[in-house]
Amino acid sequence: MTSLTPLSFPARLVALVTHPVTAIAALALVVAAGQILDQGFWVTLATRAAILALAALSLGFVLGQGGLVSFGHAAPFGIGAYVVLIAGEAGIRDVLLLMPLAFLGGALFALPTGALALRTRGVYFIMITLAFAQMGYFVFSALSAYGGDDGMSIAGRTTLFGARLFRSDEALAWLAIGVLAAASAFLHRAIGARFGHVLRAARDNEARTAALGFSVFRTRLAAYMIAAGIAGLAGALMAEQTGFVSPSLMNWHRSGELIVMVVLGGSRRLSGALLGAIVVVLVEEFLGEATEYWKFGLGLLILAVVATRVVDLPRLLGRRA
Amino acid sequence: MSLTLLLVQILNGLQFGVILFLVAAGLTLVFGVMDFVNLAHGVQYMIGAYLTASAVAATGSFGLGLLIGLAAALVLGLVMEFVLFRHLTRRDHLEQVLATFGVILVATDGVKMIFGPAPIALSVPEAFSGSIALMPGLLYPVWRLVVIASGLFVAFLLWFLITRTRIGMLVRAGSTHPEMVSALGVDIDRLFLFVFAFGAMLAGFAGAMAGPILSVEPHMGDTVLILAFVVIVIGGIGSVRGALVASLIVGLVDTLGRAFATDLLRLVVDRSSAAQAGPAIASMAIYLFMAAVLIFKPSGLFTGERATWTK
Repeated sequence: MTSLTPLSFPARLVALVTHPVTAIAALALVVAAGQILDQGFWVTLATRAAILALAALSLGFVLGQGGLVSFGHAAPFGIGAYVVLIAGEAGIRDVLLLMPLAFLGGALFALPTGALALRTRGVYFIMITLAFAQMGYFVFSALSAYGGDDGMSIAGRTTLFGARLFRSDEALAWLAIGVLAAASAFLHRAIGARFGHVLRAARDNEARTAALGFSVFRTRLAAYMIAAGIAGLAGALMAEQTGFVSPSLMNWHRSGELIVMVVLGGSRRLSGALLGAIVVVLVEEFLGEATEYWKFGLGLLILAVVATRVVDLPRLLGRRA
Repeated sequence: MSLTLLLVQILNGLQFGVILFLVAAGLTLVFGVMDFVNLAHGVQYMIGAYLTASAVAATGSFGLGLLIGLAAALVLGLVMEFVLFRHLTRRDHLEQVLATFGVILVATDGVKMIFGPAPIALSVPEAFSGSIALMPGLLYPVWRLVVIASGLFVAFLLWFLITRTRIGMLVRAGSTHPEMVSALGVDIDRLFLFVFAFGAMLAGFAGAMAGPILSVEPHMGDTVLILAFVVIVIGGIGSVRGALVASLIVGLVDTLGRAFATDLLRLVVDRSSAAQAGPAIASMAIYLFMAAVLIFKPSGLFTGERATWTK
């Protein structure tokens, strides 16, 4: 719905606040402030938010644009992390190799699983994506060479042409924010391109899109693989940040939390996933400090959001999608 | 690999499959009748185990405790349907996923607050403790046989209810043509209430029966839930017969795979790579089986067109 009348001031304010650039700039600002004021915790928190925002952003792309409710997004995320671990054991630590490999790892997992899951619709799709993600979880739990259930530490922080450029947490934070910005820009372009239009058309009316001569299956599979690749990047960054990789990165609760982030922020816009991720990370951090049962609070929040049908926060504030 | 060991593992697989069936049966009907994604079904399994364990501890008798636990699970199912789930049935899948995921978080942490994160005790009732010699040299725990028998009894009961009673007829019709059933004047919401609460009780029963074998802890529902999904995908949404066949297959494939994959691999590759790859392949077995079913029958082994058209 585009309107020709100029937007009112509050609507323009909301548009500004919910713009993806604003969210990314806010994260960058927190990192910069943390760097100047020597607040390591701010930097760590902003990095974590940027990484989860990256994962949520990719899920928001398939979920919002493609209408595909994937409940297995933790799998490519975890695979990205394992790519860092396994490549590190093999002596590969250069960021220019690790990131493409992590993307490839996620996307290659999505190729067969997505091709199978996309043969089905609705409830089946949700259950199958969840099942394949759980398969990934159990496979990595069984890999005793890479720590099995317990996981193991990565060989060391990533490098650039052998230089230990990302040794400090601040440098890693900038890397995460840079990848987030690049992925946002890429997905923004993809949404505006013909590919994005076909994806949305298939979401709204599959039969008509197919009748127009577009291959709905191929478009969806491509979107699914791109999203998984970006989730792989997020997982690789998570491995770099914590320095530790274990199957719990792929726990299905993480898939659920990513969906929560996307829906909380509004799935129709890319920025929704960013905002949702930042909100959930903050809730986790501050509720988690108050009580070990913070998930109880998150669960109540989710139920309250669903119960009041206030799924789209920016829409509540007066901005139309 | 001796014959005895193989038999023991087959029985273990059956027992696991029966537990999966009890969980999946209710879930597949809820999916089928209302096209409703209930992630919180694993929670009902977990809470059923906790309710029974508490009731057994309070009464000192397993039978009485089980009855109280089942009644409580049924009441809880009714309350949850009334408070939350009936408001979700007309929403889209995404909101159902979100809300039932919220229920999981609240219930899991709620149980942790009340009972603590550590497993609680639920022991095998006196009368069924110990093992019995099925064959010379084959000792098998009686309780596991009881689990298999009671699961098969429930399967028979469900078969009777679904094929021989009026309400079963409505459930069957509702799972394939809900709009038509509704148009014929059946209150499909009340049908759903019945199916949902009954499913919750079956899940609770599964939790209570599995409790003495596995451990009663807050996350016990998670694994079972996802395996129940695999069962339903293989068996076909809305089909109890499909759920029974698929759960026994999944139970057997998973148990036998874990028991023998490493040994079988050793026939082809050397010992150390078999030890490495065996567990990984075994844990993939049921998912690969699911993938194979999806390639040939995308809507599962036992149902027709429902999943391929609409939503």
